[in-house]
Amino acid sequence: MNGFTHDSLVGFAKSWGLFYLLALSLGVLAYTYWPGSGKRFDRAADSIMDDESGPWA
Amino acid sequence: MISQLTKNERQLALVIAVLVAICGLVMAVAGRGDPFGDHGVIVLVFGVAVVFVIIGGYYTPEPSKDRLASYYDDPVKAGIVFSITWAVFAMFIGDWVAWLLAYPDLTFDATWASFGRLRPVHTTGVIFGFGGNALIATSFHVMQRTARTRLPDQLSPWFVLVGYNLFCILAVSGYFMGITQSKEYAEPEWYADIWLVVVWVAYLILYLRTLARRREPHIYVANWYYMAFILVVAALHIVNNLALPISFASAKSFPIFSGVQDAMTQWWYGHNAVAFFLTAGFLGMMYYYLPKRAGRPIFSYRMSILGFWGITFFYMWVGSHHLHYTALPQWVQTLGMTFSAILLVPSWMAAANALLTLNGAWHKVRDDATLRFMMVAAVFYGLSTFEGSFMAMRPVNSLSHYTDWTVAHVHAGTLGWNSMITFGAIYYLVPQLWKRAQMYSPALVEWHFWLSVAGALVYVFAMWNSGIVQGLMWRTYNESGTLAYSFIDSLVAMHPYYIARAVGGFLFFAGAVVGFYNVWMTIRVARELKPETMEEEPALAPKAALQAAE
Repeated sequence: MNGFTHDSLVGFAKSWGLFYLLALSLGVLAYTYWPGSGKRFDRAADSIMDDESGPWA
Repeated sequence: MISQLTKNERQLALVIAVLVAICGLVMAVAGRGDPFGDHGVIVLVFGVAVVFVIIGGYYTPEPSKDRLASYYDDPVKAGIVFSITWAVFAMFIGDWVAWLLAYPDLTFDATWASFGRLRPVHTTGVIFGFGGNALIATSFHVMQRTARTRLPDQLSPWFVLVGYNLFCILAVSGYFMGITQSKEYAEPEWYADIWLVVVWVAYLILYLRTLARRREPHIYVANWYYMAFILVVAALHIVNNLALPISFASAKSFPIFSGVQDAMTQWWYGHNAVAFFLTAGFLGMMYYYLPKRAGRPIFSYRMSILGFWGITFFYMWVGSHHLHYTALPQWVQTLGMTFSAILLVPSWMAAANALLTLNGAWHKVRDDATLRFMMVAAVFYGLSTFEGSFMAMRPVNSLSHYTDWTVAHVHAGTLGWNSMITFGAIYYLVPQLWKRAQMYSPALVEWHFWLSVAGALVYVFAMWNSGIVQGLMWRTYNESGTLAYSFIDSLVAMHPYYIARAVGGFLFFAGAVVGFYNVWMTIRVARELKPETMEEEPALAPKAALQAAE
């Protein structure tokens, strides 16, 4: 198990672990605030207001 | 029930039920003399009972093709009834345990009634019985409507629901017999855990199949929360329950982790059970039923998405805050503490989003107890997530850990948030599913609401006081540097708070009984109505509006 020690895991978590979390956060922010998606989200929020009539054929 | 299944589905259901019964028989024979064998008998009886139910409806005519033009709500109905039934049972046990702490003689000298056995009956009963059934039922309801499609078949929802309840029965009956693997919220032993994996994977596949059939292009945010709940609970359950039984005919097993690794795995599971069972799942419920009941779309859809990913990312890391001042490496504790603090942001996003949705609908909150349940749930969600982040800080934790403050915190979350949002969803769903204009008695919904609020407040305030007094007494030193109070001194100081807690718990339990009666009567009235008298139904609607306006 050389090279795969407690310290190397900690090092990995503190460097790449941090970067991947930051990248994911940026990705989510970009997705959420992407210009033009606002209309789609508004439609989605409204879509649940009249959904009792049954499945769409 | 069975008449809604096609011929093939009935045959398959019969095969599954017979296989379960055979499994029970094998367990009963192999494990005789061990509690494992007793559980075999329970599985056998359960399987045979299901076989009889299927045979009872086996020769009824097949359902017509018309069914495909409507949603499949039978399992939703059954899930709601299971949920409220578990609520009454498990809250009764909870209040018993509360009185037991104030008056320790209430075990009546019976081993099955000792605190250590009754407590997991209460926690499993409310979290998995009451909460789990409500989550499964509402997820079936929400996924069909938001995807504008019917469930893909009629058998797998029943398999999930009935199989899940078999797991709950095995868990709870096991605790009475003394079966436990001693992991908080993961007490059931290996064979029950394996069964839950089968059921849960079927649940995941059912959800994915429904989403794959969807007619609505966008997946509504409530589904994301439900999906995260199903997916992560599967991962948590499997990893935390990795264990080797001492024999395949014995209930006892040992976890494959040991020492601090086992503790870390347990609290990674334990806190993410809070995150993905008690938070994500119920947020899915809130993001659908609160806007529906308020008649207004969610305040900010963007905020609901950001909140979702925030909760999904951050919660995964916070479990180690349960292990401050232990053998766990310091940096892991600090990591848990830091992420707990950041977690407040997405948590409050959800709470604020819910409350802001009500802007412009506050008159409805005043008039409608069902919506008021959901509003109070959002308030308690905001309060208890703030408290949680605060208690995760190492210095605060040194005061709060092992005291009743933790108990206050957990119950602010479960009574105030999980139960209230569930009751709101139940009161929304029951009249709609059983085709009634309103609940049997709107006045009893009010009663339930005020009993719940009063019970939750009395409970939480009693435990806050008790916990902080405990914490302070345990850290008070006298001039010679020894502890000023013995443990017994702190117990005596707790006594009045324990009585107050039991009274608050009783109020909450009484509210659940009122709710159970109201649901029961609504269903009964709906069943007694002949199809021709159903036409009179619309006449009820103006009356309901009038009552709401009063």
